[in-house]
Amino acid sequence: MDTERNTITSGAVATGGSPGGSIREVGLGPDSQGLPPAGQRPSSGDSGKKAPKRNLFDPGIVRPALAESLRKTNPRHLWHNPVMLIVEIGAVITTVALATNIAGDGEEQIWFVAAIAAWLWFTVLFANFAEAMAEGRGKAQAEALRRTRTETLAQVMIGGDRARIERRASADLRAGDLVLVEANDTIPSDGEVVEGVAYVSEAAITGESAPVLKEPGTDIASSVTGGTQVVSDWLVVRITAEPGRTFLDRMIALVEGASRQKTPNEIALNILLAGLTIVFLIVVVTLSPLAEYAGSPASITVLVALLVTLIPTTIGGLLSAIGIAGMDRLVQRNVLATSGRAVEAAGDIDVLLLDKTGTITYGARMAAEFIPAAGVSEAELTAAALRSSLADETPEGKSIVLLAERMGQRADRAYLEGAELVPFTAETRMSGIRRDGRATMKGAIDAVGRIVGTIPADIQEASNRVAAAGGTPLAVIEDNRPLGVIYLKDTVKPGMRERFDELRAMGIRTIMITGDNPLTATTIAAEAGVDDFVAEAKPEDKIRIIREQQAEGRLVAMTGDGTNDAPALAQSDVGVAMNTGTAAAKEAGNMVDLDSDPTKLIEIVAIGKQLLMTRGALTTFSIANDVAKYFAIIPAMFAGAYATDRDDASALDALNVMDLTSPESAILSAIIFNALIIVALIPIALRGVAYRPMSAAALLRRNLLVYGVGGIVAPFVGIKAIDVILTGIGMA
Amino acid sequence: MSNALLLIAYFGVLLAMTKPVGLFMARVFSGERTVLHPVVAPVERGIYRLTGVDETKEMRWTTYAVAMLLFNLAGFLVVYLLQRLQRGLPLNPRELSGIEPRSAFNTAVSFVTNTNWQGYYPEITMGYLTQMSGLTVQNFVSAATGIAVAIALVRGFARRSSREIGNFWVDLTRATLYVLLPLSIVMAVFLVARGVPQNLNDYTAAVGLGGETVLIPQGPVASQEAPKMIGTNGGGFFNANSAHPYENPTPLTNFVQMVAIFLIPAGLTYTFGRMVGNTKQGWAIFAAMSALFFVGVAVTTVAEQSGNPLLTDAGASQETTVNGESTPGGNMESKETRFGIAASSLFAVITTAASCGAVNAMHDSFTPLGGMVPLANIGLGEVIFGGVGAGLYGILVYSVLAIFIAGLMVGRTPEYLGKKIEPYDVKMAMLVTLVLPLSILGFTGVAMATDEALASRWNPAAHGLSEILYAFTSATGNNGSAFAGISANTPFFNPTLGMAMLIGRFLMIVPILALAGNLAHKQRATVTAGTFPTTGPLWIGLLVGVILIVGALTYFPAYTLGPVVEHFQMRNGITFSLE
Repeated sequence: MDTERNTITSGAVATGGSPGGSIREVGLGPDSQGLPPAGQRPSSGDSGKKAPKRNLFDPGIVRPALAESLRKTNPRHLWHNPVMLIVEIGAVITTVALATNIAGDGEEQIWFVAAIAAWLWFTVLFANFAEAMAEGRGKAQAEALRRTRTETLAQVMIGGDRARIERRASADLRAGDLVLVEANDTIPSDGEVVEGVAYVSEAAITGESAPVLKEPGTDIASSVTGGTQVVSDWLVVRITAEPGRTFLDRMIALVEGASRQKTPNEIALNILLAGLTIVFLIVVVTLSPLAEYAGSPASITVLVALLVTLIPTTIGGLLSAIGIAGMDRLVQRNVLATSGRAVEAAGDIDVLLLDKTGTITYGARMAAEFIPAAGVSEAELTAAALRSSLADETPEGKSIVLLAERMGQRADRAYLEGAELVPFTAETRMSGIRRDGRATMKGAIDAVGRIVGTIPADIQEASNRVAAAGGTPLAVIEDNRPLGVIYLKDTVKPGMRERFDELRAMGIRTIMITGDNPLTATTIAAEAGVDDFVAEAKPEDKIRIIREQQAEGRLVAMTGDGTNDAPALAQSDVGVAMNTGTAAAKEAGNMVDLDSDPTKLIEIVAIGKQLLMTRGALTTFSIANDVAKYFAIIPAMFAGAYATDRDDASALDALNVMDLTSPESAILSAIIFNALIIVALIPIALRGVAYRPMSAAALLRRNLLVYGVGGIVAPFVGIKAIDVILTGIGMA
Repeated sequence: MSNALLLIAYFGVLLAMTKPVGLFMARVFSGERTVLHPVVAPVERGIYRLTGVDETKEMRWTTYAVAMLLFNLAGFLVVYLLQRLQRGLPLNPRELSGIEPRSAFNTAVSFVTNTNWQGYYPEITMGYLTQMSGLTVQNFVSAATGIAVAIALVRGFARRSSREIGNFWVDLTRATLYVLLPLSIVMAVFLVARGVPQNLNDYTAAVGLGGETVLIPQGPVASQEAPKMIGTNGGGFFNANSAHPYENPTPLTNFVQMVAIFLIPAGLTYTFGRMVGNTKQGWAIFAAMSALFFVGVAVTTVAEQSGNPLLTDAGASQETTVNGESTPGGNMESKETRFGIAASSLFAVITTAASCGAVNAMHDSFTPLGGMVPLANIGLGEVIFGGVGAGLYGILVYSVLAIFIAGLMVGRTPEYLGKKIEPYDVKMAMLVTLVLPLSILGFTGVAMATDEALASRWNPAAHGLSEILYAFTSATGNNGSAFAGISANTPFFNPTLGMAMLIGRFLMIVPILALAGNLAHKQRATVTAGTFPTTGPLWIGLLVGVILIVGALTYFPAYTLGPVVEHFQMRNGITFSLE
């Protein structure tokens, strides 16, 4: 068996590992002050590959699932699934009929009743097996998580005093406790760093081995998750979660299906299925007196067989498996949703609100060009720019060094010895290096203007040109002599345009939010291919935009990580918080991306759509199947209707279009097909139907053809084949 | 050939009238001014002043439903009492006696529910006052009730974040004054001009062909005939209904009657599109209805024109040309010679596609397949144009189901006209869907196991089953046409058919109003490329498919034991006689 091949990973997740690895090295997020170099943070885009590939019919899951399917025959369990409950009641009735027949009170052939009863029990077991398989996959995932939740003894600081340490089991920690965590300690519960700076490995949760820096007082880097490990130094953490309510606890409960509640869509579908079941119940029950009148009375076994083949057992048996598997697919991509409802809402999204920085672009501006002033050679400017940035550890600084080296300059680290570094300050808004009386500085144009008096016209013009193109100009001066301008450019991640095109095909609009000026925003928006953008946006603008879109009847999704994103995350229909984000952000959103990859939103939308499509496809298939089943059972059932001594053949033979061998084999074939189709469709239920982004009309045409028309045709072929086999082995 | 020409002419006229009628109704129910306002508006205002209705005050669905139910209850009581007490009331030249309770119950329910099933012979049962102030009044207001409910549902789709779905009294008054009355007046005048009686005279005594004295019934026929068609009521002034020369004298009146049946139902599809802001949506519904209509006409016409092979075997010609003379050919049993195969088949399909139930031929005498189409038309819920209002709200419920079943396949929560279809909506739609099988199959099942019911059959075997199945289908569907071939004015059938009519009408309307209320409250989602498109051929095909599959799944077994097996037995030369 092939794993996960037909899921959305292949289609929608186009960006993946970026070819520009070196660019990424210097790319830093918007909120990155104080974080370790980007290379150590979870890199975006390769999340889908991280989840361990699991064979669909992994024996480790299949074996317990088999046992579980027997346990699930308990009517109390089937109560939530009316369709399968009816099948089980039917199985009981036919089993009783079998007993009466054996006791000699019945008139039917015993083998026939026995076969029908057996296959009805199989039908129940197959449906249970599908559900157990889906749950098993979730459980396996939960087990892996649970292993990380080892009981640790936490060092609780009584009264916040480091001298008064009390050792307490992590399960006994309350919100508000202050704990000391040292190198190699496991962080006992979710909390917030209040003191200390340390690297923490979050591998247990995210699968990402590179440790991340945690320190107090920053929006992002202060929140820690229980189960993660401090790899260096120490931290004082204020616990924020009550026992049993930690992030990890919730995640385990969720993937195990323990906290699974039916989503509105599932409820609606269940109502539809229950309604159809009642319709068929009416059809079959009222058929009995009609058959009696026609002189062709139907036995209870045949009536039950007819009922079970008609009610939507295929979708009824697979419905919960589809839901669990959908959630499972999300977890495999390292996204944790607070409810199944959120996953479905993702499929309904009309508008994606995307931060420019970090989502659409790498977030760091990078040197793209050196523009020398009049009378300055390019080499002279390049060398000066290189010198000014030698000690600059910011991504911009590094990118200047990189570009200069690429243009033939050599970065001479020795130059740093004995040099005086001039750091960037908010007042001077310049930085650089001073050595041997030579001051090489770079900075904002107007800051430079203050030093040199008036800005030369050509520099001003170059800087305007850069700004007009959406870039940021930096002036380089040496000993107060302007040498030229560095063109810093924001870089759009590769593959974004293709993704946005796909989204547009699905009917989803993308809106880019940026703090940049309109000029820069226009350039980036055009380059990335978003549908719309909001420039010079303040954090509170997000919530305003969301409300506006919602008022027009659209569903909005967004990602966020900061505390000031929390209101917008809460307002949005699908709010994906980054795992690196603050507790407030995680609390406000309805999903958390453990990889902290803002572009994951696009995958989430695809998973939501696939979940709904799988339900719709199998419902359509299930109902379409009934046509063939009627043609199998009805002529068999009424072979003797209004028989007179004048006719030698049943008038209804004309309806036996499949030319089935005997009434018994016809009914049995339909029942067997009905049971086997559940097993045959388990892979589709677990993986989801194949999905490529396209317009609703195109999707509908395709799926109607496959599952609607296919659903009408398939059982004709299947029932006939089973009948041929039954005839072959003499059971007809 | 003439069959096809008649169909083309008929459909052409219908198509041409759909937009003007629909546009007019959209204006009326949106409170816009129309050409009729100078004349009708003062009357309308007068009615509100007399009854104390505040026309600006809208209702929630619950209030709307209660008003609708109370109004219908009052209507029922009036019709019931008029029948019971008619002996002492004026305008009863034949001095017809009061009607016994079960029959009076059945008839009152029948006319209030827009069914117009008639278990009695009108000309020897009903006095003129009962006909005019009881039955004819209901011909208007039961139709107006249907239109009001449909408009309320359309408002549910059209509005956003609203608790109200309109004012029942206003909708009822406007449907009557602006739509039903004017059209009926025009039609009545036309019918009188073509020879339909309109008087209060005593029956005319005449000498029959055999020299015996016969009574020729008279009465205010035209004034009941017009709303009978316009309001898809179908209750005849005479027992022979539209086969009677005083109700439907000529092929031209027949043609006009057929147009009158579909006029408002077809127009309402346009009204719907216009009120939800996209006329294409309305035309899509119109197209789905038309597709189903053509299938029905084709099957019935071909079946009837082909006739009965047993007659051919017996040496009777069913060809359209005999000795160079043109003849109707086919199965002419119980068809009027002035209408022939084409106009009879077409009328049968139209009257059952809509919930009219007027007949110009006996459906009981159709070939098995020819008679199965009227049965199936009603069984599907009369959504092929359907009853006035009832057809539209019926097919909109199917639309909700179709969208929900297949709409998930585009990967979004299904939405119709921007309204997300959620558990409550599915629940209401399923309640509506359950009504037909529950009542039709339930009552038929009971009847088939009851000797008293079986004794009412005029035919044995499969045809006998069809007769009983048709009766409950017709009653539940509020169609009112009789397959005939059954004595329905019996202690068994009067109450059971009466209950079937009530179930088929009000158990359907109440969940539909609940659906309207719930939909009106929802936000309307914006249409994007990701939205399930509900205008193109794909949607029309899907809707038709869902209607047929739901219908087929519900009735396949029962029909197999009725018309289907009868058809095959006829082909095999098997006949039955009543034991």
